[in-house]
Amino acid sequence: MKIVIALKQVPARDSVLRVEPSTNWISEDDLTFEINEPDAYALEEGLELKAKHGGEVVVLCAGPARALRAIREALAKGADRGIHIEHDGLEALDPFQVATLLAGAVRPEAPDLILTGLQSDDLGYGQTGVILAELLGFPHSTIVMGVEKIGSGIRVKRELENGWFQHIEMPLPALATVQSGIKRLRYATLMGIKQAKTKEIRCVTGGVTGPASGGGRIQVRRVYEPEKAKHAQLFSGDPKDAAAKLVERLRREARAI
Amino acid sequence: MSVLAILEQDRGEWRRISWETLAAAQKMATQMGVQPVAAVIGEARELASKRLERAYAVDHPLLRDYTADGYAIALRQLIEKVKPRVALFPHTYQVRDFAPKLATALGRVLVSDVVSHRVEDGQLVLTRLLFQGRLNADLGFAGAPPYLASLQAGAHAVDQVEDGICQVETFTPELSPNQIRTRPAPPFREAQRTVDLASAERIVCAGRGIQGAENIPLVQRLAEALGAELAASRPVCDSGWLPAERQVGSSGQTVAPKLYIAVGVSGAIQHLVGMKGSKTIVAINKDATAPIFELADYGIVGDLFDVVPALADEIRAQAQGGS
Repeated sequence: MKIVIALKQVPARDSVLRVEPSTNWISEDDLTFEINEPDAYALEEGLELKAKHGGEVVVLCAGPARALRAIREALAKGADRGIHIEHDGLEALDPFQVATLLAGAVRPEAPDLILTGLQSDDLGYGQTGVILAELLGFPHSTIVMGVEKIGSGIRVKRELENGWFQHIEMPLPALATVQSGIKRLRYATLMGIKQAKTKEIRCVTGGVTGPASGGGRIQVRRVYEPEKAKHAQLFSGDPKDAAAKLVERLRREARAI
Repeated sequence: MSVLAILEQDRGEWRRISWETLAAAQKMATQMGVQPVAAVIGEARELASKRLERAYAVDHPLLRDYTADGYAIALRQLIEKVKPRVALFPHTYQVRDFAPKLATALGRVLVSDVVSHRVEDGQLVLTRLLFQGRLNADLGFAGAPPYLASLQAGAHAVDQVEDGICQVETFTPELSPNQIRTRPAPPFREAQRTVDLASAERIVCAGRGIQGAENIPLVQRLAEALGAELAASRPVCDSGWLPAERQVGSSGQTVAPKLYIAVGVSGAIQHLVGMKGSKTIVAINKDATAPIFELADYGIVGDLFDVVPALADEIRAQAQGGS
């Protein structure tokens, strides 16, 4: 099976975010970046499928030069080669535009299966994978917990709400968006890191009409810190004092204990 | 021109979020000076008593089981017939599965997971969350309608649905079996639930911040001191630190206890939708900017490994004090 993993590089979890009003985005100075968590699980699922059924795992990532680090990390974990769509300012593109970029790079690869995370931890549209499937004419399934190969197609376990699940059979080629936390993620081995240096990363430049040329269907007007809707009474300092103050409030004010 | 609410049922039952979406569509239609319209794939009888210009029951044998292909094709035909200015969806797992495909087929882009909207100089402005709720973004649409958006659970009150009288029409889309490429099996539950968090009066919930299974007893001691049920956020259950039956959030249980104490929970939106109905919310987290503090009534900013034992001790001491 030839499997393409579409992954995104996002600011590390728990980063301190500062809005940069001039760009309608965050200031990227001093930020560290990592592979978007659900995408890391998509990679893991792809590597396990390859281990079982053979084939090739190709990592696809759009972003500025720093995205190469995310691709190299995936190669060190066992992906065979990478494709980097060089693009500064992905955050200004709508999910259709991003999917168009990805579709352009995926088409010549003619994969059997595309896996990606169910959503990004930064913009969180949760749409890029589904749109990519539609642009390529692939059937898709979202919020997938696992992929099995059956006959000429695949069977995925899809998460529904409130603790329900469902199996879905799909012919190939197909696309699945993968849920976070479905299995244990592997670490890159020293050998893997060494081998990654010799693996191919092909660079393509992204051809997409940006919002500047009027191509975007949805446009970000403003990014800002949320107004505090409800002012929590916060206690800090010595843990024992803070705990005593909290218990007092919970008893006298909230009457919750 | 209209605002079209495309609603959802789950195995024949109306979903609560459908009424929230209907309330939002009625409000938005008034703000935009157009009429509200609603549609559902399923039985639409209850829509006859709502303030709507018209309601559609979308019906076809190939829509009995949900598929993204079937729903996207059927709703594309409905949208092309109704020609709404805006089509609103509830932001459910099912909508997440088909709506981006439907939007693409219509040459549009869906604004997903919207928490609020306003009309500014005749333009619709939608607010959604970025970075798991740590930042907000206001978005607008470009180009010609229809504009598509999905609304987050809890963003609108169900009791704001306006009653009225409307005609319910059946809409039968053109669909053929070869257009549906996926084969869904019936939904199932993994295991019988033995923990009923929904009826708990007090809940202590452990989040990613507890760092490992070895720290569960710390949180458990606090729960015991309070006579509370122990719950967990998704990452804690995914890592196997606590069983999945204790998970709170959109993929776990929805709870509304008198007291909810979130320990080391940052407050991803998927968690918040499962507990925001709690009467009193307490957050303990070292990160003062964690979104959980937005929802909390009380919070302690500090290291949970110091705060949680201190809190458990304080509660035990007070209980022994007998007052």
